[in-house]
Amino acid sequence: MALLSIRGLVKGYPSEWGGRVDVVNVIAFELQPGEQVLLQGESGSGKSTLLNLIAGIVVADSGEILLSGENVSSLSESARDTHRARSLGYVFQDFNLLNGYSCLENVELGMSFGEGADREYALQLLARVGLANRQNYRPDQLSQGQKQRVAIARALANRPKLVLADEPTGNLDPTNAAIALELIQSLCRENGAALLFVSHDSQLLSKFGRVVDLAELNQAACLSSKGGGIE
Amino acid sequence: MRPVAMAFRGVRERRVSSIITILAVALACSLLMLVWAFKKEAEQSFAGANGGFDAVLGPRGSKLQIVLNALYHLDESPGLMKWKDFEQVGKYPAIEAAYPIAVGDNYRGYRLVGTVSDYLSKHSYAEDRHFEVEEGGALFEEKSMNAVVGNLVARRLGMKVGDTFHPYHGLIYNESAKHEEIYTVTGILKPTGTPADKVIWIPISGIQTMSGHDPSAATDISAALLKFKQGANMAGFQLDMLYNKQGNRLTLAWPANRTIVQFFDKISWFDKILQAVAVLVAIIAGGSILAILHNAMNERKRDIAVLRALGAKRFTVFTITLLEAVGMTLAGVVAGFVVYLVLGFSIGEVVQRETGVLLSPFTYNSAMIWAPMGMLGIGVFSGLLPSLKAYRTDVSKNLS
Repeated sequence: MALLSIRGLVKGYPSEWGGRVDVVNVIAFELQPGEQVLLQGESGSGKSTLLNLIAGIVVADSGEILLSGENVSSLSESARDTHRARSLGYVFQDFNLLNGYSCLENVELGMSFGEGADREYALQLLARVGLANRQNYRPDQLSQGQKQRVAIARALANRPKLVLADEPTGNLDPTNAAIALELIQSLCRENGAALLFVSHDSQLLSKFGRVVDLAELNQAACLSSKGGGIE
Repeated sequence: MRPVAMAFRGVRERRVSSIITILAVALACSLLMLVWAFKKEAEQSFAGANGGFDAVLGPRGSKLQIVLNALYHLDESPGLMKWKDFEQVGKYPAIEAAYPIAVGDNYRGYRLVGTVSDYLSKHSYAEDRHFEVEEGGALFEEKSMNAVVGNLVARRLGMKVGDTFHPYHGLIYNESAKHEEIYTVTGILKPTGTPADKVIWIPISGIQTMSGHDPSAATDISAALLKFKQGANMAGFQLDMLYNKQGNRLTLAWPANRTIVQFFDKISWFDKILQAVAVLVAIIAGGSILAILHNAMNERKRDIAVLRALGAKRFTVFTITLLEAVGMTLAGVVAGFVVYLVLGFSIGEVVQRETGVLLSPFTYNSAMIWAPMGMLGIGVFSGLLPSLKAYRTDVSKNLS
């Protein structure tokens, strides 16, 4: 059974010229447990909106998003919050760490709204991303690469089934981008989490077993690797 | 991490504006308590410090001036009354005790009050409370050159039994107005918390016959302190009729404590101004909470969106923001109590020094409950708008 299954998903917004423009129009998409997929697309192609739909941050106009068999689209807002807190990890391009909190606390925030903070595990994750000695630093005391490593640790803090990564290497230099990518991939693998990695960086193609172009996904059925999707 | 801890982080993150807000709340809370609670305590303490007397008979003049002069040892006497008037009122059947007092001299700014030794040995200045001298001391004897020093004076001037001093003429200390007489301290009064603490007691003959005083007034006194017999309810009315309405030489201030209450009533306009200022400061403190959190919301939209993206519910971010308001107000209220106590003790110290009346900021008053609760209410109310803003934050729009 697929971890993530999307069917007939449509999300549109009112256009400047009247009427509506569909930003996301995915007929079918599947992601298997533990699978790592690179989702490519031009700027404005709806990549972030698709991730927000999967995360339950925005609600689809129609269609369904099944995560572990549960239809995210039909959940109440409160239930979607719980779903995000317990089942999803989110890595952002701008890291989105909270400056008022230390690195350790930022990681703990990743689990605070789900099962609750587990300091031991947060420390393990920080050690895993090589920042054990920075646990009490605040984000503004870190380099860009270090910030993203904290953000990666935070995304894995709630032991998610699925990690959504929205251009996480976009603000990093090539060296740090490679480190961040490697960390996300290996941490997801170690934790058995699937990864949906959004990027427009073509250099990342070779790092993923399966690559999906959102432009094509928006037009045609795109099944999982087993089903012969775009790879 | 719990919402309380997250709210604390928010307050700490904006420490300068948070501290200013907490101080504003503290100021408002302490002002409210001072204006209401401490003012009431002052009224009650002054009214209660009537020395155990029901009325004061003095020369024709203002009742307030007579009471302030005779009971509180403030202000000047409006004149003198004859000894025979004192004797006459003392014989009135409803009078249990009458004591003469005479003033007109000081020692280093502390008033010398002449009276009879019975006043210090027999009179109870409050229910079941009599004047007592500290160990090793004794009361003065009539017509002696001895003095009993009020506790506050003794502490301030470092006077002890056996010390001697020259009285100075007038109620204001003037080094060039020294009398020749030398008085010896025979006793130090134990603290009474009444104006008796801030004067030096000598035999009445001392004031009457002090060198340089008018010999023709050698039997005159400043006022007569009157205690009615228990159950003599009509005595006050009858004496009021006799001295105030039918007579024109003397004035009876009765009931003695009502004169002080009336004085407080007369200056109640000033209380109203203070109350208005206190309420205004409370409103400003509430506005400050609203402004600081409202501005913070604009800066923190991204943080709130991140928290929501991590799974925080709308109600959680609402609670965190509201807790910030409550936390700042609580801290302000606690600080307000501290400020209230500091100001209360300071004012009490000044009041005791000037009047001898003891004021305690610990005396319970309902303002000690409603002022902090009111401030908390204002804090919660002020925090509602920013909290609603947090509640309504659009996650997708504010996630960079």
